[in-house]
Amino acid sequence: MQEPIRTGSGRRLDELTIEALRAGRLAPEDFRISKAQLDRQAAAAEAAGYRQLAENLRRAAELTALPNERVLEIYAMLRPGRATVAELRGVAADLQRQGMPRVADFLLEAAEAYAVRGIAKPA
Amino acid sequence: MRSKRFERIAQRPINKDTFVRPWPEVGLSAAHSPFDPAPSLAIRDGAIVEMDGVASGDFDLVERFIALHAIDLGTAERAMATPSREIAKMIVDVNVPRRQVLDVIGGCTPAKLVDVINQMNMLEMMMGMAKMRARRTPANQAHVTNRKEHPALLAADAAEAALRGFAEVETTVAVARYAPFNALAVLVGAQAGRGGVLTQCAVEEATNLRLGFKGLTSYSETLSVYATERAFVDGDDTPWSKAFLNAAYASRGVKTRFTSGAGAPALMGHAEGRSMLYLEARSLLATRAAGSQGSQNGSISCIALPESLPEGLRAVTAENLIAMLLGLEVASGNDALASHSEIRKAAKLMLQFIPGTDFITSGYGTIPRPDNMFGGGNFDVSELDDWHVLQRDMRIDGGITPVTEERVLAARMRGAKALQAVFARLGFPPITDAEIEAAVTAYGSEDVPDRDRVADIDAAQRLQHGPMTVLEVIAALDAGGYGDVAANVLEMQRQRVIGDYLQPSAIFDERFRVRSALTDPNDYSGPGTGHRVDGERWAQLQALPQAWEPREWLASLDGGGSAPWLEELGTAQPGKGMEVIVAVGPAYGRALTRTIGGLDHRDVLDAIVAGLKEGGVAARVVRIWHTSDCAFIGHAGAQLSGSGVAIGLQSKGTTVIHRRDLVPLENLELFAQAPNLDIEAYRRIGYNAALHARGEPAPPIAVRSDNTARLRLIVQTMLLHRRETGEVEREREPTEMRMVDAGPR
Repeated sequence: MQEPIRTGSGRRLDELTIEALRAGRLAPEDFRISKAQLDRQAAAAEAAGYRQLAENLRRAAELTALPNERVLEIYAMLRPGRATVAELRGVAADLQRQGMPRVADFLLEAAEAYAVRGIAKPA
Repeated sequence: MRSKRFERIAQRPINKDTFVRPWPEVGLSAAHSPFDPAPSLAIRDGAIVEMDGVASGDFDLVERFIALHAIDLGTAERAMATPSREIAKMIVDVNVPRRQVLDVIGGCTPAKLVDVINQMNMLEMMMGMAKMRARRTPANQAHVTNRKEHPALLAADAAEAALRGFAEVETTVAVARYAPFNALAVLVGAQAGRGGVLTQCAVEEATNLRLGFKGLTSYSETLSVYATERAFVDGDDTPWSKAFLNAAYASRGVKTRFTSGAGAPALMGHAEGRSMLYLEARSLLATRAAGSQGSQNGSISCIALPESLPEGLRAVTAENLIAMLLGLEVASGNDALASHSEIRKAAKLMLQFIPGTDFITSGYGTIPRPDNMFGGGNFDVSELDDWHVLQRDMRIDGGITPVTEERVLAARMRGAKALQAVFARLGFPPITDAEIEAAVTAYGSEDVPDRDRVADIDAAQRLQHGPMTVLEVIAALDAGGYGDVAANVLEMQRQRVIGDYLQPSAIFDERFRVRSALTDPNDYSGPGTGHRVDGERWAQLQALPQAWEPREWLASLDGGGSAPWLEELGTAQPGKGMEVIVAVGPAYGRALTRTIGGLDHRDVLDAIVAGLKEGGVAARVVRIWHTSDCAFIGHAGAQLSGSGVAIGLQSKGTTVIHRRDLVPLENLELFAQAPNLDIEAYRRIGYNAALHARGEPAPPIAVRSDNTARLRLIVQTMLLHRRETGEVEREREPTEMRMVDAGPR
């Protein structure tokens, strides 16, 4: 049997009720999708033949661990000319350490592409 | 010398559109540029080392990204070796399953995709769309904005769009700082109209993502992708930054869709001599490479650029199809104004409307055009009935449900009042009852009062930068007595936790069931398969509020079967001397009492008789029973007429002047357009018949001509004629009639 869906904060889906909200028991984090659930969606996408979408959902699964502001920061760094190649590699290493190998690889790949094409901020 | 016809044609709306000759060097070619590369692919050690004539060392960012992620190496060599025409045939062959086509296409380079598509004509591409789109059930998206960014009007409009069946409602801003308010208004309004509608607010990427974090939006299609490296950099992004953003949205349970389209790279000055179609193929492969579930394409806001060129619309349709072939959800354009010509606009729509796409438009303006802050508004609120009728005409589901005014007003009221409650409880500048009232019945923003914009922007910024999220909104709805709306907004948040709507082409139905490529996959495989408009949906699409009940209309005309003012005297005998017979149809004055023009039968007969008298000829009235045909009624009358001339008069008012020696379908004068005849015309018909009877010159009567009469009244014509035909008694001789004074009408 499949495990019940849980939120990123560990709650069961059936805890997300208007009564719980009224009682002040629910916080924004309780409405965050979990890593496990995104991995499950990735598997479903892959099985249906959507390989690239599945990859994206796996990256998304890893990103559930990052706070909103950190996500926005990394996005800003990936824009053209914002970060040096070394800075991008540094972020990749951080993410690798935090258990986000797919996003880390993705950033390394970006760093390499930016280096070759002169897209990164000059060191 | 100047032809008046050419002068007039030059002023037609179509000639306000722009048409130019191709100039491929600058990007002015739709689907065939001499500078488009030939398809090629080389793989070494599990990596692409050459694609479309470019070695991997020379790849720009986009080519690199495509080579790394988009192309499925497992199928690539086979796909590239398959003749393009053979792949094109697979696309239209109903016996080749969609999944098999997806597999082959997954191995194609941009130039190969273009080569495949360029084997296909319009009809084949439409066939391909019907088969290859991801979701079986087509849907539609609404644009809801207004010039004043009036929150109550936004909420009312969103509620109405939701009620009308739009699966997504997109808003945007005129002033960027309004974004959180507009997102909030559309969210609350839409969930008040119908639970499960996805909403978004199109603004700058980072702001947009923050709105998603807060739960104020549930999807985003602002993720622009570009065909070339330089265009990407000018757009202040890269394929990797866009792909990261895509993952970021998904990590918060927000649906995303990328956007691109023909003409955009050329407008940005980065076409590099390529055709619009080739460039879009690259953008779409970048979209796939980033792992986006879908694309908004079909040239979108640039539509007039491909349309200025030969095969421009073919290229735009082709790019919709390429996106589908890549397994992407497609919101297929038709949002920005496509032509000054209504004919061209509608014809262009059919390219997506008939085959069906995931979203037929990527924004139908359910507001007046001047309130459309997307700057487009190909269709607006005033054209909804046109859309409804096309769906009904063709038995096609274009994703918009006809609804009654009463239901629309109720939904608008509910949406605006729910938002009023939220504003009140969250301490935002109040929405007054007067504003609600104005918003509910408004045509556009000119009908709603101005608000204190500084105060609204202040509050919007507090919402954007403060800790408040959608949870406070739900609590406010709940406390304000809008428990059902609160429940819908809460359910949208629960769905973010489940994430089923992150799968391709996902929408919710009104019971929050996900319809996506996984749960509602397009299984079209020829006649009788795929999406069919049946059952309840067909009943909804048929039920135009303005469709009237023909039974009731006919019943309202019933004269009860007898005419007290028209007395029967017995079988009519052949007459002698100077007389004209007025031969009336079997229903005249009894089963029916008015002409199709609404004239009372008694007045009509009086007028004809008066005209005859004026012309110095006696009138005799007979009723013809054996036929309901105007010519035969007149002809039968003429056989009995002393002068040989008769007037045939059908109950619906159609009239003929006949003469004994003519064959039935000949006549002296025929007045076929009964709706255009007034009492005076009938008098003149009588007078002219008198002249004919006396053998005097009778200049033909000129009657008002109205080409729309048949268009307007054909159903009534048919019903009246059927009623008259029902009164026919084949064997009965004509009856002599006498008009008697039956008192007031």
